[in-house]
Amino acid sequence: MIEFRDVTFVHQNGVKALDGVSLKVGTGEVVAVVGENGAGKTTLVKHVTGLLKPESGSVIVDGVDTRDASTAQLSRKVGVAFQNPDHQLFSETVEEEMSFALKNFGFSEDVVHNRVTWGLELFGLEEYRKSSPLVLSGGEKKRLTLACILAWDPQVVIFDEPTVGQDAIQKEKLAGTIQMLTSTGKTILVVSHDIEFLWPIQPRVVVMKGGRVVGDGPSTDIMQDRELLGSARVAQPQLVELYQEFRRRPRAPFIHPLDAKRWVEEGLRA
Amino acid sequence: MGDILEVEGLSFKYSDAPRNAVSGFNLAIPEGEIVVLAGPSGCGKSTLLRTVNGLIPHMYGGEYSGDVRVGGSSVKGSNMRDLAQSVGFLFQNPENQIFMFTVERDVAFGLENLGVPRNEMRARVDEALGLLRIGDLAQRAPHELSDGQKQRVALAGVLAMRPKLVILDEPTSLLDPRTASELVALVVRLRKELGTTFVVVEHRLDLLMGVADRLVVMEGGKKVAEGTPKDVLFGEEVGTHGVAVPAVTRVQKMLAGEEGVGVERLLTPSELAAAVEGREI
Repeated sequence: MIEFRDVTFVHQNGVKALDGVSLKVGTGEVVAVVGENGAGKTTLVKHVTGLLKPESGSVIVDGVDTRDASTAQLSRKVGVAFQNPDHQLFSETVEEEMSFALKNFGFSEDVVHNRVTWGLELFGLEEYRKSSPLVLSGGEKKRLTLACILAWDPQVVIFDEPTVGQDAIQKEKLAGTIQMLTSTGKTILVVSHDIEFLWPIQPRVVVMKGGRVVGDGPSTDIMQDRELLGSARVAQPQLVELYQEFRRRPRAPFIHPLDAKRWVEEGLRA
Repeated sequence: MGDILEVEGLSFKYSDAPRNAVSGFNLAIPEGEIVVLAGPSGCGKSTLLRTVNGLIPHMYGGEYSGDVRVGGSSVKGSNMRDLAQSVGFLFQNPENQIFMFTVERDVAFGLENLGVPRNEMRARVDEALGLLRIGDLAQRAPHELSDGQKQRVALAGVLAMRPKLVILDEPTSLLDPRTASELVALVVRLRKELGTTFVVVEHRLDLLMGVADRLVVMEGGKKVAEGTPKDVLFGEEVGTHGVAVPAVTRVQKMLAGEEGVGVERLLTPSELAAAVEGREI
């Protein structure tokens, strides 16, 4: 669905934000992108949306080279919820905000209405339908941007720091939404520092540092690689750290019946 | 030491809102404490903070009852200029409070507005840059900096005003985990060196529970729990209030009562593993 072929991108100030990135993401995959501030994570996702075009190399989304497509064309395939929701909210009411893209994509009025209602209910925003987006709290604005995107049903959904301003209950719901989207075959990219949020989702994890991909693999492998994560200034999930502490101590009998996956389940149920 | 922040029977309803954002709230914070304020989105945290820095009632209309005092002075009776010197506020996104062309001009901005004499301003800016160890960034343009550096610049601007009380609104949410830990270490150091009181709004409790003196949980505009982090997190109902109990604390709670695993204090993963190793099954 998404392919980066040896992509390099240099910002105007001379900083090389992507340095020879090659990456393939298949349809229906959930991929978390982690790494320190300034590692190139947001630049990477902006290449998927076509907001940035590679200086060298190429980015292919659903068979289309992003240099040959307009951002508007790509937006039908790729929905992105940016880090700061204020950058993408501009309508007078929550309802108009949600209808905006749907109308632009040419959906009929009753479809627009139904999808708006679905999105507002999914994210618990129904009571704000007629309110200005400006009266929403930071967390609610963030949920509204997600509702707007999911309403037009793009094939690729990108979450850029989705847990900022979200409480524990909303984070759990968000994890559930990601799992729900996966079951419908969506391809999902999640850029997040919130390792505790990512761990139960068990995504494929791509680790970035200095514009390069320095690690790529299943959660259970990457999250146990303390050295790799440390070099990218990423912490391990607490449960994984605990699991490894037990493994280091052969006399601790507690780990034997519990593999890493059950640790997640047991820990979450507690 | 006395209480730097006193909230007494505070209720507030925004003019156009159907119900109170904060109801019958009481809180007393002694000087020099690190207090974490947690609770679900929309629980009234931001409203409470606005009553401390004076945006409520000075900038927002509504029904206000009760009293909030900072350093003994009522917020209602103080002007914004005085409050700006006693309460520092670090926003979630540092870009919302950085706007000058160089770091040092940005750090000096609040002082310039107060008309602080040039020599004193120079000294206070240098002191703030030194405290945050960003003296080498003084002439850089803020927009060229990393998020972690921007956060330090914004905090330096706050500290240059020498506030007794500093409020941090989700300060780690945009930082990578290592930079976030460094910020927490910085808060601990500033409390030690300057005696500053910190109120931190935070959803990621794993970072702060080891250093906070007190955890206050809000829901529906009311205080639903208050105590040491250990007492609140080991409490029965904390999970139902939208508070994420850190994973290692959940496991500690699950194992509590087993030989070697106590609940006298919150354990780190390696401490918990060591405690479990000592027991027989």
